[in-house]
Amino acid sequence: MMRNGDNKSKLQERIDENLKRVYQEALDERLPDRFQDLLQQLREKEAGK
Amino acid sequence: MSGGADPRDELPDHLPALRAFAISLCGDVTMADDLVQDTIVKAWTNIDKFAVGTNLRAWLFTILRNTFFSIRRKRKREVADPDGVHAGSISEKPAHDGRLAFADFRRAFMQLSPEHREVLILAGASGFAYEEVAEMTGVAIGTVKSRVNRARARLCDLMGLAEGENPMPGVDAATNGVMSSSRIQAA
Repeated sequence: MMRNGDNKSKLQERIDENLKRVYQEALDERLPDRFQDLLQQLREKEAGK
Repeated sequence: MSGGADPRDELPDHLPALRAFAISLCGDVTMADDLVQDTIVKAWTNIDKFAVGTNLRAWLFTILRNTFFSIRRKRKREVADPDGVHAGSISEKPAHDGRLAFADFRRAFMQLSPEHREVLILAGASGFAYEEVAEMTGVAIGTVKSRVNRARARLCDLMGLAEGENPMPGVDAATNGVMSSSRIQAA
């Protein structure tokens, strides 16, 4: 039983590591320029009001 | 607007995380980028609803996930059985090389329901507390916790790992023994 619990928490650790990696890979992707452009547009639109 | 700093100036700082959340949530970069775009516009125009001093990132994530799930609800009404699509590919067994191969993990992760992906990314990968996740997703903390547990169990199912099974027994211990046989004896 004890052993089983150890394995379970090890498995959870591995899952968490892999989850962080999924997220990190998405985080490492280059941000497209369209978002900065969009923010710029929104700022200009508001300034022009 | 008063003389205080405009929280909208901080939007760019949160875009990489917001996009990473979107990609992890919907598994599709094109859709993720559309979600981020919608979220930026909504955040910009509704910034008066943001409580200054609270967590801007959590607020942005909330807008994004609400947008995602409302689009999904709309689609669900149009498409008959969206979950049946994956049914054929699920039983594919991972290569048992003794490791929890990342490619297998990623594939399994993307087969989860978006509710499960969401809770695992928020609580497991991007470091929000259960309490924050509960607030962002509009459910009780207990629901968040049990959802995390069910999501983990489902992941194990999809990867063909029984819960409690060691995911990395004797990692690659045998790889070094192969090279000795090809050595040529000197005369």
